[in-house]
Amino acid sequence: MSTIAMPVSRVWGAYLKEARYESLRMLRTPAFTSPLLVLPIGIYLFVVMAAGGMLLNPLAAAYYFTGFSAFGVMGPGMFGFGMVVATERQEGVLNLKRALPMPPAAYLLGKMLMAALFATIIMTTLIVGGVVLGHVRLSAGQYLAVAAVNILGSLPFCAIGLFIGVRASAQSAPGIVNVLYVPMFLVADLWFPLPKAAKWLSLLSPAYYLRELSLGVAGLTYHVPPAIGAAVLAGLTLLLTALAVRRLARVG
Amino acid sequence: MGNHCLAELSGVSKRFGDIVALDGLDLDVRRRELLALLGPNGAGKTTAISLLLGLLQPNSGKATLFGLSPLLLEARRQVGVMMQDVTLPDELRVREHIDLVASYYPNPLSPEQAMEMTHTTSFADRPYRKLSNGQKRQVQFAMAVCGRPQLLFLDEPTVGLDQQAREMLWATVRQLVADGCSIVLTTHYLEEAEALADRVVVLAKGRTIASGTVNEMRALVVRKRISCATALPEELVAAWPFVDGVHRERQRLDITVSNAEAVVRRLLASDENLLELEVHRAGLAEAFTELTQEVAQ
Repeated sequence: MSTIAMPVSRVWGAYLKEARYESLRMLRTPAFTSPLLVLPIGIYLFVVMAAGGMLLNPLAAAYYFTGFSAFGVMGPGMFGFGMVVATERQEGVLNLKRALPMPPAAYLLGKMLMAALFATIIMTTLIVGGVVLGHVRLSAGQYLAVAAVNILGSLPFCAIGLFIGVRASAQSAPGIVNVLYVPMFLVADLWFPLPKAAKWLSLLSPAYYLRELSLGVAGLTYHVPPAIGAAVLAGLTLLLTALAVRRLARVG
Repeated sequence: MGNHCLAELSGVSKRFGDIVALDGLDLDVRRRELLALLGPNGAGKTTAISLLLGLLQPNSGKATLFGLSPLLLEARRQVGVMMQDVTLPDELRVREHIDLVASYYPNPLSPEQAMEMTHTTSFADRPYRKLSNGQKRQVQFAMAVCGRPQLLFLDEPTVGLDQQAREMLWATVRQLVADGCSIVLTTHYLEEAEALADRVVVLAKGRTIASGTVNEMRALVVRKRISCATALPEELVAAWPFVDGVHRERQRLDITVSNAEAVVRRLLASDENLLELEVHRAGLAEAFTELTQEVAQ
């Protein structure tokens, strides 16, 4: 029986529309998105003002800037995927999209691009805050490198959110995401140095590797070599995405 | 599979744990027909459609869509879907929902064309959350037809619609079939199947218990209904041969019978004052009830 081919341009168009409407949906839900966009820069500026002269030390300034960058990009991925995927599964949207001829990766890619867009907005606000008030003295190239690492670095958190979203109910997903999200940034050494005895805890948090990667690409002092940080984050992303996609294909 | 067959289940069984949802089911959807899939709750209708759409995989047997696996996009690009239990994102507007689904298809209608066809143009720019339940179903219908599908799956499409919207949807469905589209309709409104279907398949306990045109389905049922104004006692008539049930409504008796001629003769002989005698053939509702009750017994 005859089949209908889809021009490549239309396939790309479907991916773009999925990303566009996903972002539009999120931007039209200020109660959901405002905390994700405002909290990182808000808390960063509060800490910067509270720290006062301590941030005149360029290393300390870069430490806080990269720490808040990692904190900022965690939210869109974890909440955007975790809560939204769980809700869409429960409300039958995912099943409908599986029945429709949606290009296979469009659902995930649309949400990843949404998370990347939000990460870009967050990084822009943090860079402006860092330059104006945070005493951060990086070159344009260093800022760009840190921004790029963190925008890409939102992907592991998308994968964590997705993994939760394909298993949890719409009611339990917010709780599960929060239970992971809060300890994940608290133990990651992002806002304040952990006591020496508790340093090992930071190794358990993907956010720690992302901050270390930021320090590495900016040419600053780091504890985890950039190649290892990148490998940990990429490995986590691939593993959790593969497990989630497998479950989505089987169960929906 | 014949060239006239667009979708097919061949000997398909599907279990969920210990529950057998489908038991060796054969089902085909032919070109340019409206197939109504009927059955009581739990009969296997949704499972059958889910298998044809690739949402479930059979434990045995085979499901094909346009001769291909339903998992392939090439097959599903010729299909439109309106599901029953879907809550679309509230934040998008009607036009945007349709535009997004249309982008999945090679040669779709424009959102404006789809909205015109489904009478949803008047709320094109309204956020989905501000629509009534009936309007939401109309939007989902627009999303189902916007890809110019050759095969359309409609699962309880008129639930929540008022009479006017239901009739408009029926008219669009008839036009789609006239234009060459095939439709699989599941519905609890038997008058909807009676009004629209070219062919009816009745499922019960995961198997086909009857299939054919609406008239053929009616003919499967031997029972008829006699209605008349008579003073004969209800209990007396109920005891006669060929009488399956009697119900009195003031002066009128409604009698369900398996041999109308014999009962009419006896009625006329027993009550010479009998008036307003009517004999009704069983409708699809009676046929459906009788068929599914037989399986339940």
